[in-house]
Amino acid sequence: MSVDKDTVRRIAKLARLAVPESRLEPMAGELNGIFQWVEMLGEVNVEGVPAMTSVVAQKLRWRQDKVTDGNQADALMINAPGGEDHFFVVPKVHE
Amino acid sequence: MSDLTAMTLAEARDAIRAKTISSRELTGAFVSAIEKARPLNAFITEAAENALLTADAADKRIASGQMGALEGLPLAIKDLFCTKGTRTTAASKILGNFMPPYESTVTQNLWDAGAVMLGKTNLDEFAMGSSNETSAFGNVINPWRAKNSNVNLVPGGSSGGSAAAVAADLCLAATGTDTGGSIRQPAAVTGRVGLKPTYGRCSRFGIVAFASSLDQAGPMTKTVKDAAIMLKSMASVDAKDSTSVDMEVPDYEKLLDGGIKGLRVGIPREYRMDGAPAEIDALWSKGAEWLKAQGAEIVDVSLPHTKYALPTYYIVAPAEASANLARYDGVRFGYRAEGVRDITDLYEKSRGEGFGAEVQRRILIGTYVLSAGYYDAYYSRAQKLRTLIKRDFEQAFELCDVLLTPTTPGPAFGVGAKTSDPLEMYLQDVFTVTVNLAGLPGISVPAGLSENGLPLGLQVIGKAFDEATMLRAARAVEMAADFKHSPARWWSV
Repeated sequence: MSVDKDTVRRIAKLARLAVPESRLEPMAGELNGIFQWVEMLGEVNVEGVPAMTSVVAQKLRWRQDKVTDGNQADALMINAPGGEDHFFVVPKVHE
Repeated sequence: MSDLTAMTLAEARDAIRAKTISSRELTGAFVSAIEKARPLNAFITEAAENALLTADAADKRIASGQMGALEGLPLAIKDLFCTKGTRTTAASKILGNFMPPYESTVTQNLWDAGAVMLGKTNLDEFAMGSSNETSAFGNVINPWRAKNSNVNLVPGGSSGGSAAAVAADLCLAATGTDTGGSIRQPAAVTGRVGLKPTYGRCSRFGIVAFASSLDQAGPMTKTVKDAAIMLKSMASVDAKDSTSVDMEVPDYEKLLDGGIKGLRVGIPREYRMDGAPAEIDALWSKGAEWLKAQGAEIVDVSLPHTKYALPTYYIVAPAEASANLARYDGVRFGYRAEGVRDITDLYEKSRGEGFGAEVQRRILIGTYVLSAGYYDAYYSRAQKLRTLIKRDFEQAFELCDVLLTPTTPGPAFGVGAKTSDPLEMYLQDVFTVTVNLAGLPGISVPAGLSENGLPLGLQVIGKAFDEATMLRAARAVEMAADFKHSPARWWSV
């Protein structure tokens, strides 16, 4: 499997990452180097091996279904770029 | 004492308890050491004023006899831990002005124990790197230099600022986080102790997430005893992190000096790598001899899937990172691009301008391996490999109680020496990454100097949640190595 310029453009779009046109080709090269190295995992027989879902065997704890925190709108807005009156600001989405 | 900053955490604690020094004196000494050490670029944010105020408050508690386990002891905090009211950047432009409205659980535990925060230390951007060269706030310089050389070396990564701060005596101890080796590798190449606890031992709440199934916080210290003291205060079960484990946290310090008579120490044969420097192998053999001389039994063990650990990691970690970093969109917090056409443009430009090159590379790898058509070939296969890697350890631990390995494939390298080839940089974590994939605890202990006079570490790996036995073995390595070297303080002359 080989990653080309168009693949990089496609995954950059999926990742919502603006990658300049001039970086697409070099990035394809870098990713290919990494994916070629990762190919060695293909040698291992993983037939019947379960995929890991949790590294430490434990049951997730239950908790009461109740609100323990909240009413902190001011604190939540202090880092919002361009936030106004407890609203997050985005460019116009609907005409 | 002539130089307060050279004390260990345990010595400083005992001196404060005996009232031979005050927290104010101690904190003041570190504040001035940090100012003089700015050429190392170990800190992103210094918090001198706050530190001195906290120290005064600690001194009042000490006078009234109310003392926490770390009362009045000045620490440095990796800038990946959210600290309420103190900027937290993850060394990224995208969080360059982020002011957390909450405190991470680990740091809260430290403040509850009475500790003083000196500042926030530099790191690789979002903890992605092994040399602290991907930080948006500049490289950290290793306090150590090779024999007869004044070339700047990297401090390892990603907890490079914490490692440099502990090595240069800019704090008594520091916090780090370790996803693939980010505590142990920098500790090894700066001649200090670094401990990654079992996954779940410390809460991850309030730590900027990189790869959630691998990330774990831990201490970086001058001695094994100091690591035991720090871990006791850092660890806790936490309602805010469902993966934190509800298990008693032992008094590690008390359990430290039980000796290692009869302890079975496994030597995994796959860690003897082709092309590894002879001095690494020689140090490793010496380490086994040291433990044997103290009554341990040396056992040859096999971890057959070792060579697949790094490629497995470079699928799992970027996959999780690409999901975790999706939250940075320029809307609710963080960097926001100007002059955008529409909402998609806002996302793409904010992220394209806000993330550095290595972070972007990993987001792209992660997005690719999770995308339709590739998920099974990459991500699903990697998670199966992870099961096999964990199984290797379970089988080895039927034959032994701890494992002994080198920490890194070599000593600290020059700034810029490995930045052109990502794969060469990734190999730095070859001995440490297996531990993260299996969720186990690991500790690096300074064990000797390389031919060119730079520190090298040995790693002890323990069974899950058996940090106490791991620390006991690490203490035995430390006693035998008797590593007393310090870097020359070239930065403050």
